[in-house]
Amino acid sequence: MNFLSNLISGLSLGSIYALIALGYTMVYGIAKMLNFAHGDIIMVGAFAAIVFINNLGLPMILGVLLSVVVCVAVGVLVEKIAYKPLRNAPPLSVLITAIGVSYFLQSLAQLIFGTNQKAFPKFIQVAPVHIGELTIKGESIVTLAVTVTIMVVLTLFINKTRMGKAMRAVSEDRQAAELMGISVNRTITITFAIGSALASVAGSFYGLTYSFIGPYTGSMPGIKAFVAAVFGGIGSIPGAMLGGILLGIIENLAKAYISTELSDAIVFGVLILVLLVKPTGLLGKKINEKV
Amino acid sequence: MKSFFNKFSGLKKSARSNMITLALCLAAFGFVTAMVATGNASRHMKSLLVPICINIILTVSLNLVIGFLGELSLGHAGFMSVGAYAACLFSIAFEETLPVMVRFPLAMLIGGIAGGLFGLLVGIPVLRLKGDYLAIVTLAFGEILRSIIINLEFTGGASGLKGMPQDSTFNWGFIAVVITLFVVMNLVDSRHGRAIMAIRENAIAASAVGININRYKLMVFTVAAFFAGVAGALYGHNYSIMTAGTFDYNKSIEILVMVVLGGMGNIRGSIISAVLITVLPEMLRGLADYRMLIYAVVLIAMMLLGTSEKFMMLRYRLAPKRLIKRALQERQNRKDEKEARKYG
Amino acid sequence: MKKLLSVLLAAVMMLSTFTACGGGSAETETESGEKVLFIGGSGPLTGDYATYGTSVKNGATLAMEEINAKGGTNGYTLKVVVEDDQADPQQAVQAYATLMDDGMDVSLGGTTSGACIAITEEVKKDGLLMLTPSGSQLECTQYDNCFRVCFEDSNQGLYAADFIKDNNVGTKVAILYEKSNDYSNGLKESFVAQSAVNGLEIVCEEAFTDQSNTDFSVQLQAVKNSGADLLFLPLYAQEAAYVITQAASMELNVTFFGCDGLDGILEKIGEENKALTNGVMLLTPFAADSATEPTASFTKAYTAKYGATPDQFAADAYDAVYAIVAAFEKAGVEPETEGFNEAMVKAMTEIEVVGTTGTMTWTPEGEPDKNATAVVIKDGAYVAFQ
Repeated sequence: MNFLSNLISGLSLGSIYALIALGYTMVYGIAKMLNFAHGDIIMVGAFAAIVFINNLGLPMILGVLLSVVVCVAVGVLVEKIAYKPLRNAPPLSVLITAIGVSYFLQSLAQLIFGTNQKAFPKFIQVAPVHIGELTIKGESIVTLAVTVTIMVVLTLFINKTRMGKAMRAVSEDRQAAELMGISVNRTITITFAIGSALASVAGSFYGLTYSFIGPYTGSMPGIKAFVAAVFGGIGSIPGAMLGGILLGIIENLAKAYISTELSDAIVFGVLILVLLVKPTGLLGKKINEKV
Repeated sequence: MKSFFNKFSGLKKSARSNMITLALCLAAFGFVTAMVATGNASRHMKSLLVPICINIILTVSLNLVIGFLGELSLGHAGFMSVGAYAACLFSIAFEETLPVMVRFPLAMLIGGIAGGLFGLLVGIPVLRLKGDYLAIVTLAFGEILRSIIINLEFTGGASGLKGMPQDSTFNWGFIAVVITLFVVMNLVDSRHGRAIMAIRENAIAASAVGININRYKLMVFTVAAFFAGVAGALYGHNYSIMTAGTFDYNKSIEILVMVVLGGMGNIRGSIISAVLITVLPEMLRGLADYRMLIYAVVLIAMMLLGTSEKFMMLRYRLAPKRLIKRALQERQNRKDEKEARKYG
Repeated sequence: MKKLLSVLLAAVMMLSTFTACGGGSAETETESGEKVLFIGGSGPLTGDYATYGTSVKNGATLAMEEINAKGGTNGYTLKVVVEDDQADPQQAVQAYATLMDDGMDVSLGGTTSGACIAITEEVKKDGLLMLTPSGSQLECTQYDNCFRVCFEDSNQGLYAADFIKDNNVGTKVAILYEKSNDYSNGLKESFVAQSAVNGLEIVCEEAFTDQSNTDFSVQLQAVKNSGADLLFLPLYAQEAAYVITQAASMELNVTFFGCDGLDGILEKIGEENKALTNGVMLLTPFAADSATEPTASFTKAYTAKYGATPDQFAADAYDAVYAIVAAFEKAGVEPETEGFNEAMVKAMTEIEVVGTTGTMTWTPEGEPDKNATAVVIKDGAYVAFQ
């Protein structure tokens, strides 16, 4: 019974990681950049929702939806100002710029909202489900359902629509895609818009699950989600889902049965082991070396 | 004097560049020492000297991995922590028995060796992994190390390691910097260095011409980690307390920022950017609450100005070099005109 | 040519940075004819721990403004500067050096223990009085001229264990602490040690680290299974807020018991979760909604100025500034004259300060002598424990 409840709480933690990792992996897959600021976009989304709901008094669901709009705007703006000029620059310069953006968003949030964490409104109230002795939190079920839905929709979008096709083409070979008449810049901007929208959703559900949001709340989940995305094979959408869920479960089982102090060391250790066996993650594409 | 210049200009271009770098460091050292000796240096400036040395060592050594080998490592702070703890534990144990002149170089050496050993350990998975996967594994190693340090008794756990002698001085730091520069520059300039750069350019082609890729990758990781350990030793002996929290992934990222800002594979650039990034947040103290915001803006701006094509064009157009060239050209034109008139 | 240019540029940059740093020589006391007593400190104003440093800065600034509004002290105007150190020993030392360049007379040390311990080493060399508001590790007062306002970690754990045993607040005790935090770790260790002495039964010890400090489902599940009736939380208010909200959603019924770090929980947990704090107990020298003076007027002024309820850190910093002023008045020596530092250190052990965190006197070891009182939260307000 204990094992089951720990497993379920791991699933709930994992679905949060997965939700964040989805945006991470999508941006990586198409724009080929590690968007270190992704975790902070989550924070921006959550704060936007708080402002809409608590300060402007909008209905909760509307506030959450509007926060998606804010995040998309911020994401696209950041892309335009900071990443687009570096389209042909070395990848590491883009990485550093992303880190700069991350610092920028954190400090800006601290200047606006102060250092204290703010309570996040419970925009969905679901009663816990009891199965025998087992209690499953209502929010966990909703989060998991939302994550799975997003994953399915995203996969369909990428595989079935014209835009998705363009994204795949850009991901495969940017120059060839350009030659085929695909606007690479537009495709990448749209990718960022979708990625930021996902981050905003992740922010709201993060807030729902953990109740508090501060200027630096995004950084640790951001790193964990990065780990999850790599775990599942970065660039792969089902991989991000799988990586996130597994990360959550491993983390919680490690806490429960090995050591709460060392749980993160164990998570990272498992990650290293997996990568040693499968160097491109669980569902990552094998990189063929060409001469 | 003249023969020196002849000899100097007769040297290989890279050797010449290295000598200039070392000479610049020496000049900077002399200048700062003179400032301190004449009492012109503020406390604040003096408190920055050892951190600058530490960051130069960290940046130059990480540049070896990122700039020359072409692999992304996010675990440099981890190696630094291993070196720092090893060196400090040694110094605490031998504080009474050994004089500083013996103890501190030994401590730095021990820090370096401890760091190097862990570099070797991390270097092994490196052989299989690439790019972002490697980055995440090195980041994971760093975080694992931090977790373990927090959970150990003899490292002081969460409250930190205390009681080490404060042996770090600017002079020691400078010596460590010079040794680091000397080793790294010579390594890069040697046959091994060319092999390492060949791996960066094209690993398959490199192995086809008989370069042992695994050996060189391990070598680079170990050497870089060794110097990270030395930097850790300097860090540990500079303050009376050391906590594991200092060596988290943010520290690794800070070092990475310095490397990228200075330019991949550019050692002189690494030194300059290490100085800049150490001094910058301190210079921004006057801005109080806006400090980190401005720091972030400067960071983004530097990246954009340094690497964006558009800005490069802009910079080229505004470059003083061209202005000088244009001025020279105009003078030449006038001269030509004069000559023409004379003979015309 | 390009290389030469870059070298030149670098040299100019280095030169300019250094001279810029070196330019700020020590300010004289009589700036525009006004006599200034300069108190400087540091704390994390940015980064993960920014909330603590900001509280210290706010509390100290408020005290300064109040004192200056009343005409200063002994004819001196007070100047309080709290620099950013991001809770990092290195930056703390650099912040301290900046303050010394600006002519600091008395140091507030660091906000967090690690940073503060690094500063003690510098203070020892310079000889000036240091009074840290919140550096709670033993070594923060390791030298004769170092004092603190808050309790030392090991004392708090000891008091808490004794209090729980003596008042029979709980019989089966569980602990949830932050392994990577020195305050939490220190409290937990002394609590466990004292429990062994007084026979308090500890049924469950759970930990977490700063790498995963938001999800406590597994730890709370273990607490639930252990059948504990009291959960000791040697945590700061923010982490405790996470724990308490999650415990509620897991339907865990225990009494929460914390120390001074838990103060501020009512604010941190937010309006909508306030009901969850019913019955939370804490042993603290400071209670923001106490009706006694000077706490009541401090809370009022602080809330008006910063729009937030003061926490332990703000109160400690506020008291620290008042204590320094009291010592200054007692010592009666002009700053930057021979014997000023020694007189200040001596005066510290002779003063009695009625502060927001209680009535305090200091031992020569630098520890405050004051009492912690137990309070229970009832309907969103502190009530004295009976």
